[in-house]
Amino acid sequence: MIPAPFDYVRASSVDNALELLAGHDEDAKLLAGGHSLLPMMKVRLVMPSTLIDIGGLDELRGVTVDGDDLVIGGATPHAVVAASELVRSDAPLLAHSAGQVGDPQVRHRGTIGGSLAHADPAADLPMAVVALGATLELRGPDGARRVSADDFFTGYFETALQPGELLTAVRVPRRPGVTWGYQKFTRRANDWAVVGVAAIAGRVAMANMGAAPIRARAAEQALADGADAAAAAALAAEGTEPGSDMHADAEFRQHLARVLTRRALNGEVG
Amino acid sequence: MAVTSEDMSILGTRVLRSEDPRFLTTGGVYAEDVVDERLAGACHVFFVRSPIAHAKVAGIDTSEAAAAPGVLGVFTAADLADLPPIRPMLPSMNKAMTASVLATDTVRFVGEPVAIVVTEERYQGEDALELVDVDYDPLPAVVGFDAALADENLVFADAGTNTLCKFGDAGKFDEHLFGGCEVVVSRTIQNQRVAPAPMEVRSGAAVWGDDDRLTIWFSNQGAQGSRASLAGLMGLKPDQIRVITPDVGGAFGAKFGADPEYAAMAWVARRLGRPARWTETRYDNLMAMSHGRAQQQQVTIGGSRDGDIQAYRLEVVQDCGGYPRIAAFLPSMTLLMTTGTYDIARAESAATCVVTNTTPVGAYRGAGRPEATAAIERAVDLFAAEIGMDPAEVRRRNLLAPFSEPHQNGFGALYDSGDYVGALDKVLAAAGYDELRREQAQRRERGDVVQLGVGVSSYVEITGAGMEAGEPHENATVEVHPDGTATILTGTSPHGQGHATAWAMLASEKLGIDVDKITLKWGDTDLIPEGGGTGGSRSLQQGGAAVQQASEELIDLARQRAADALEANPDDLSFDVDNSGFAVAGVPDATISLAQLAEREQLLVRTVFTAPGATFPFGAHLAVVDVDTETGKVELRRMVTVDDAGFILNPLLAEGQRHGGIAQGAAQAFVEEVVYDDDGNPLTASLADYPFVSATELPSFELVDMATNTTYNPLGVKGIGEAGTIGATPAVQNAVVDALSHLGVRHVDMPTTPQRIYRALAHPEESK
Amino acid sequence: MKLELTVNGAARSDDVEPRLLLVHYLRDVLGLRAANVGCDTTSCGACTVLVDGASVKSCTMLAVQAAGRDVTTVEGLVPAGSPEGELHPVQRAFREQHGLQCGFCTPGMVMASVSLLAENPHPSEHQVREGLEGNFCRCTGYHNIVAAVLAAADALDSGGAHADPASQAVQA
Repeated sequence: MIPAPFDYVRASSVDNALELLAGHDEDAKLLAGGHSLLPMMKVRLVMPSTLIDIGGLDELRGVTVDGDDLVIGGATPHAVVAASELVRSDAPLLAHSAGQVGDPQVRHRGTIGGSLAHADPAADLPMAVVALGATLELRGPDGARRVSADDFFTGYFETALQPGELLTAVRVPRRPGVTWGYQKFTRRANDWAVVGVAAIAGRVAMANMGAAPIRARAAEQALADGADAAAAAALAAEGTEPGSDMHADAEFRQHLARVLTRRALNGEVG
Repeated sequence: MAVTSEDMSILGTRVLRSEDPRFLTTGGVYAEDVVDERLAGACHVFFVRSPIAHAKVAGIDTSEAAAAPGVLGVFTAADLADLPPIRPMLPSMNKAMTASVLATDTVRFVGEPVAIVVTEERYQGEDALELVDVDYDPLPAVVGFDAALADENLVFADAGTNTLCKFGDAGKFDEHLFGGCEVVVSRTIQNQRVAPAPMEVRSGAAVWGDDDRLTIWFSNQGAQGSRASLAGLMGLKPDQIRVITPDVGGAFGAKFGADPEYAAMAWVARRLGRPARWTETRYDNLMAMSHGRAQQQQVTIGGSRDGDIQAYRLEVVQDCGGYPRIAAFLPSMTLLMTTGTYDIARAESAATCVVTNTTPVGAYRGAGRPEATAAIERAVDLFAAEIGMDPAEVRRRNLLAPFSEPHQNGFGALYDSGDYVGALDKVLAAAGYDELRREQAQRRERGDVVQLGVGVSSYVEITGAGMEAGEPHENATVEVHPDGTATILTGTSPHGQGHATAWAMLASEKLGIDVDKITLKWGDTDLIPEGGGTGGSRSLQQGGAAVQQASEELIDLARQRAADALEANPDDLSFDVDNSGFAVAGVPDATISLAQLAEREQLLVRTVFTAPGATFPFGAHLAVVDVDTETGKVELRRMVTVDDAGFILNPLLAEGQRHGGIAQGAAQAFVEEVVYDDDGNPLTASLADYPFVSATELPSFELVDMATNTTYNPLGVKGIGEAGTIGATPAVQNAVVDALSHLGVRHVDMPTTPQRIYRALAHPEESK
Repeated sequence: MKLELTVNGAARSDDVEPRLLLVHYLRDVLGLRAANVGCDTTSCGACTVLVDGASVKSCTMLAVQAAGRDVTTVEGLVPAGSPEGELHPVQRAFREQHGLQCGFCTPGMVMASVSLLAENPHPSEHQVREGLEGNFCRCTGYHNIVAAVLAAADALDSGGAHADPASQAVQA
């Protein structure tokens, strides 16, 4: 399983990466850890003409504090996010989520930006950033802009990223000590979620219940109206149209959404 | 007379493997790793495979591919017209169900090879593959047992039916078999299709010599049988072929003989006049290497309310896939073991083999016997649930009493020795059965979300059966060299079982030569033209026995020569294992070692060990599961097993075989399955989609020792390689059902996925 | 294009295609064939090597991505120049615990285990099993692999020879 041929260039900086993106046709793609992109290239689902490697840019790596937010560089590997003292203390849901992606080898290479830009509705980090109410920082030929996680995932493997744009950082509200819950239901340990739920501060996000990670709005409304976890969770599948596949049919997915939401709202992590 | 100090015998000890240092440092040399000057400049072979389950091949346009960079040739069935058709292997099989190395006018499964692309460099191959343009006219795909049996759409238009052959005769069933039974339970259950998925995919390299002989390296589990298969595929005489078996990265029954792709690769090498290499992708492997199991079973069991099983019927439908392979006759092994460990007054069984538009089904660890055990173990639990009796107690009441004289099971199997009640009692004790039932009762009373299930299985299986005519046998050659080392040639074909260590132990014990000084050779048909390979758990009881026998015969031969050399009477000589040499009684300086004898004349013996028949290891497994009744998630908490295979030569190796078998058996019960959609498209053709069991799904296993020796070989050994698989599957499935039985669930098909459990809980009446 | 990196302590400079996978660079260009390709979907881990001390599936990395990096394969686990037959504690533990049968998954399994222990020197059994979720084995049922990793942890703890310095593969 070999990718189709392509050209390869290493960006020297974010600015340089943007220049290169602008200077190439729309079949050029950014390469960070490559653990969403390369698997697709190896089975020839995508065949970029050029890869622009941003994986080695220090300016895209690391976790810093900026007021009430943690700022995580877009090319920060999952293992770094999972092990970061800052993230574990101020956004433990995110640390846990990053530690759930794939397996240890994948986590050493795959990056938060790469995973979010890939936007697999069954993946951990898209669901996590939606639950956290994170903000994505994008930079493109027209400058920098911010997009809320709620607005970032626009469809099946689709995001608000415009051609020529790069996801430079993820801003996560700091919530040390705030109860959170996370449920990833899989058949085997390193699978994508059959259904996933992440909950914190009255927000509930679900993976693999639709074309993109979605909020369980009815459940959230019930919580806001004072319902307990069980009563709110009973509404988790409201308005959802999950798919059916060999792992779960739509009815079972909706059932799982309710069960897992209840558990996540009770602060259970599993 | 050989003197062996019993206390110091190496047999039965945990000798570390001599194979390991190499594997751990530089890695094994598998087919793709082989470096040989004869393979210099090898071209790379790739296969265009059908993306559609059933279609006429209307046309193939190879022109664009042929012009692509590095392409040395693009070939289709028309080019390979000189290769003979691949006919079904038994006369009773429908002769129209014939295959070919490349699809001719019809493709019959997704993944079937349709064309060959050959490139200069490996990376050019996939680029060129995409350029071959095949025009398919779709035909209705036959998928599933119902569709196959209905015979409305046919996999082979000329066959008139989708039934390949039958075993037994359901027409002769006794309609009064269950007369007098107070309780009768009947159910159709699935023994689902799984993928053997060895870590090493299929791979090989071929080159023709100036002498018009083919030398071929490929991943297989028996060079001699593989050579015969390849000769058949290519229309050659076996002695025109030399098969060399490199290190093999697992086989599990799927690498017997030679798959058509190897014949194609060898054909390319001849056609282009240069060496050719092929390594498939994992997609190819999961689509086109033979699958395992794939039986639908109707079990009917009847007996008295107080637990006496009086009658049992098993009707099997075997899905053979698109073309007949080994699974086409495996149901005969299933029927052979119909009643397993039980004493049942009236029993009958029959099987029908059908073709479908799916991957051909072959042998997979256990090959027909796990299916028999899974069927009767599920039936026994169904019966137990119906009469409200503990399933372990039902078993105890119905197992055959211990026996040491051969026992005919009524289906053609002559069990050599067995103590099934003993195995059951041991596993229950080791697991703490009563305590488990107490914990289960407590959780049920509390209405816990996570319920506990305990599942038991009792099994017996046939090992060393031998597919060849005549009694099962194996050859071995042992030679002692002047430098004091020794070499063994074996007809077995180890691929992880550790024969290099185990056979050396056997020879060492007789010859008094250190295991480190004994080398094992196998898998080269020029060196060892005959052999049965490794499979069916035959190797130790036949191949190992042959090594031991050859070693003894070598001592006998050496004794005669030592007597001559020392000018003594052979009866006055004693062989001292510690010195690896002979001494004359009462004459201290009159000694001669085997090495010294070898200096004078080549010291070599070849022998054939013939076994009186197959042996029947047995055991009992117990699985403990947690089932989350809200989500259907199953966690396998404990596997406790008794696997009695007689004397254990090397406990380290035997445990490893049990572990591996248990893992695969358990995986079938609750994790793994091959899935097709209704059009015959495989949905599990990658290791991301095929739920290959990982370390996180399994616990560490609790192995209990039990050894009931056989008299069929001097070692007292039976086969152990497949036993773990056979016992584990039903134990785990029964455990999952047991966890839910108080909620009205009587059955959940394998694998017991969360979806299946959810449905069973939501609709328990469907499972009755 | 030109690729420069260090492999098993030796500097390398080679001309490679951008699409050359790291695993094929190691196997076909350098002749380091212990790492194996077992799948197409980054699932099985048979290709696992260390890049700057951290386990990586070399089938899902382009060779050019490793430019300037330090790659360690199982062939280089024991430093060059060590006495013949010397084994790293993880290799030794795999042998003693019979943690390999056909050997195909073994190089990847060993390197994944080395990385696991570098990051978590005292794992529980559960952590070992989860830590190896990216490495498939068909032969052993994982039982003895887990035992080997736990035994290696003990051996490294008591200062086994050639214990890898816990590399800072994960830096915030």
